[in-house]
Amino acid sequence: MIELSGVTKTYDGQAVLTEVDVTIPRGRLTALVGPNGAGKSTLFGIASRLIVADAGHVTVDDLDIARARNEEVARRLAVLRQDNTLAARLSVADLVRFGRFPHSKGRLTADDHRIVAAAIAELELEPFRDRFLDQLSGGQRQRAFIAMVLAQDTDYVLLDEPLNNLDLRHSVQMMRRLRSLVDDHAKTIALVLHDVNFASAHADHIVALRDGIVVAQGPPEQIITPEVLSEVYEVDVSVLDHDGQRVAVYFR
Amino acid sequence: MGLAALCAAGWLSLGVGVAGVGVADLLSPTDEQLRILTTSRIPRLIAIVLAGASLSIAGLIMQRITQNRFVSPSTSGTTEAAVLGVLIATLVFGSTSLTWKMLIAIGFAIGGTMLFLQMLSRIRHRDGLVVALVGLMYGGVIAAATTFVAYQRDLLQFLEIWTAGSFSGVIENRYEALFIVAPVALLGYLFADRFTVVGLGADFATNLGVNYQRVLYSGLVIVSMISAVVVVVIGAIPFLGLIVPNIVTLWMGDNLRRVLPVTALAGAGFVLACDVAGRLIRYPYEISASTLAGIIGGVVFIGLIMRAADRAGAR
Amino acid sequence: MPAGYSPLERARRRQTVLTIVALIVLALAALALYQFAWVTGSWSYTMNLRARQVGALVVAGVSVGVSSVVFQTIAGSRILTPGVMGFDALYVLVNTFVVFLFGSATFMTLSVAQLAVVNTAALTLFGVLLFRGLFRRHSRNLLVLVLIGIVMGALFASLSSFASRLLSPDDYLSLQSALFASFNTVDATLLAVVAVITLMGCAMLVPVLRHLDAIDLGFEGAICLGVPYHRVVSWCLLVVTALVATATALVGPITFLGLVVANLARQLLRTHRHRPLVVGSAAIGVVSTVIGQLVVARLLNQSTPLAVVVNVIGGIYFLALVMRTVRL
Repeated sequence: MIELSGVTKTYDGQAVLTEVDVTIPRGRLTALVGPNGAGKSTLFGIASRLIVADAGHVTVDDLDIARARNEEVARRLAVLRQDNTLAARLSVADLVRFGRFPHSKGRLTADDHRIVAAAIAELELEPFRDRFLDQLSGGQRQRAFIAMVLAQDTDYVLLDEPLNNLDLRHSVQMMRRLRSLVDDHAKTIALVLHDVNFASAHADHIVALRDGIVVAQGPPEQIITPEVLSEVYEVDVSVLDHDGQRVAVYFR
Repeated sequence: MGLAALCAAGWLSLGVGVAGVGVADLLSPTDEQLRILTTSRIPRLIAIVLAGASLSIAGLIMQRITQNRFVSPSTSGTTEAAVLGVLIATLVFGSTSLTWKMLIAIGFAIGGTMLFLQMLSRIRHRDGLVVALVGLMYGGVIAAATTFVAYQRDLLQFLEIWTAGSFSGVIENRYEALFIVAPVALLGYLFADRFTVVGLGADFATNLGVNYQRVLYSGLVIVSMISAVVVVVIGAIPFLGLIVPNIVTLWMGDNLRRVLPVTALAGAGFVLACDVAGRLIRYPYEISASTLAGIIGGVVFIGLIMRAADRAGAR
Repeated sequence: MPAGYSPLERARRRQTVLTIVALIVLALAALALYQFAWVTGSWSYTMNLRARQVGALVVAGVSVGVSSVVFQTIAGSRILTPGVMGFDALYVLVNTFVVFLFGSATFMTLSVAQLAVVNTAALTLFGVLLFRGLFRRHSRNLLVLVLIGIVMGALFASLSSFASRLLSPDDYLSLQSALFASFNTVDATLLAVVAVITLMGCAMLVPVLRHLDAIDLGFEGAICLGVPYHRVVSWCLLVVTALVATATALVGPITFLGLVVANLARQLLRTHRHRPLVVGSAAIGVVSTVIGQLVVARLLNQSTPLAVVVNVIGGIYFLALVMRTVRL
């Protein structure tokens, strides 16, 4: 379980997050949704220790991430960021191998190589494994970074907008993959999503933010409702039932 | 008020020096003191005011043309090109002919600045800081090439004189060429608005009925002439054309009509302050105005860069 | 080589190793040429003098090569090297202030070795403080770092010239002789001290080389992988400043040498791993200082210092690099 309690962050006198309490339950897929500027990325950054909060705590199981050794945290928590520009020219395999860094400090064992190969296979990157990242399309690059996160082989995985740059087919595949990591490999995954319907279809738990405050959190049945979504996004939203799957409609 | 401050500082400048003319003597000088004043102190004051004011105006014009507050003659290769011109002139014509030196320096300054503008138009991403970086490096390359030539011909000592501006050599009959900058700077002053229009791009300028090419090149010539003449007579004064317009704009906003006279005044005041301080710090020796301007200018420049970066970061 | 690498990767790695070997051979050949060719006058005298010069060139080349590659990585930019950031101008400044504060009388009583240690320590302390502050504040905006670095170079030069004007003529002379240890008569003790400092610096880098690989992923990327980012960066800055001090003490400030050397190393070796990169860059550093000095001595008849030649070439290279990077 990842627990954020009383998290507050201010930039230049403007509150981005105010006293946020969020629980990311173990063994579930949690989606973080909300309009632009709601503070999703800041909250994500604080949960992944990339941004230091002005107040509040973040714990992963019993580990306080502000106090624990960075290395220790990296073995429990893998992070995919939104901005993945690199100074170095790396091949896909080079990048995925970095996922093993928290475990072997760059001296890869046979085990590490096996895990790397599995992660590359899992994301269907074998044809590109020796290509350099700057020779890949946006979607292939995104998959390469996700493969690195998988190779890190941690109990907890945080992803900031993993569907960025992915078309419909790859988005669905990605969500199914993440779903199976939770169901078959007992991972805990939290991700920032732009599209509430992906959250509705795949998440176990949804956290809705607006203006730096948690408006609602709970299972999809409680969040994907006209009342809650209209409040979060400040537009009229109706929710349809499609074969037991809730679909938010908000285009008109 | 600024004018009064400048007058007071000018007064002080007249009263500082090795030969026995104190501030108190200025009102009733003896013949001997009067001679010192007319041959050395007054020419020096005039030179300082001319150089400071004209270089600041040149900096402002360059800022407007490139629409970039980090571009100025001393940070974009104009000054360095003028120094290279002086060196070449010395190699070709010997060290006597001032006219030739000046003409060649002006020619080099124009060429160097044009090349810089060419490079700018090639950069797609016109981030202010990128332009500043290219400008600084471009000046650095010209300076390195100049040093190389100077080493080959054993002219390093001469080079040091031109690259480090100092007013200590200014005496009657040896600085009058500097007066050329006065009409040139005035011309720049009168056309200032058009430079702003040109800075917004060829299409925009043509739309407003401004002849883009003609105004651009006249701006180039004005900036180059001022920089080159100052280099030949006084030497280079680092960062002057950069920081003075920037500080004035920060303080007074962008209205050119209001900013221009203050820029000229502030430029003269800044150089004057550097010069007087340079004469007092290690009296009776002198520290050149350009050394002090380099220190103060460097610190202010770094401050400006950080300010720009913080603003960009906040957005 | 362990399993897990594809044939293509193995070929690439072999290529890197071969390139390093070739570079080392080239460096040795250049050294031999410098040491033994064009001897006029007394053989033993020439051999002795040249051995010291060769030593100085090797130490300076290694220092410049290693420090520049490492600095590029921690700065996260290929156009940032210690020289570009004004490190060597800082060396001159620190020295000037040491003389200014303690006077040349104290300065002269110090032995060459003591002086080298004092200088290196002062520069390292000052450099680490200054640049760590900058890195923390602006680590996300490289351009700002580059610009500030360049302006600082100019600022340090002005400050040094200012401080040197405050010195008495005697102090000034002893400063000049201390600053630019004459390359034509390299002092054996100085060389020994500097060589030891360089060796220690390189040894200190060995444990963090793999961390540097991960730091290439940027601040956030490295943190996510559990790299103790700030500790590694501070450590590297410490070593880099010490290495720059040693190189500058031997051959004077050469602003763009490191830039050319480090980028050549990255281009030739085609790897992101720092173990080969650092070794290759050191070799290229030696090759360029030795060949550069040969050109200066044989083609230009000693008329022009190495620094001036390198700065013309390196400056143009830098400008081209910036223009190309910026266009992307």
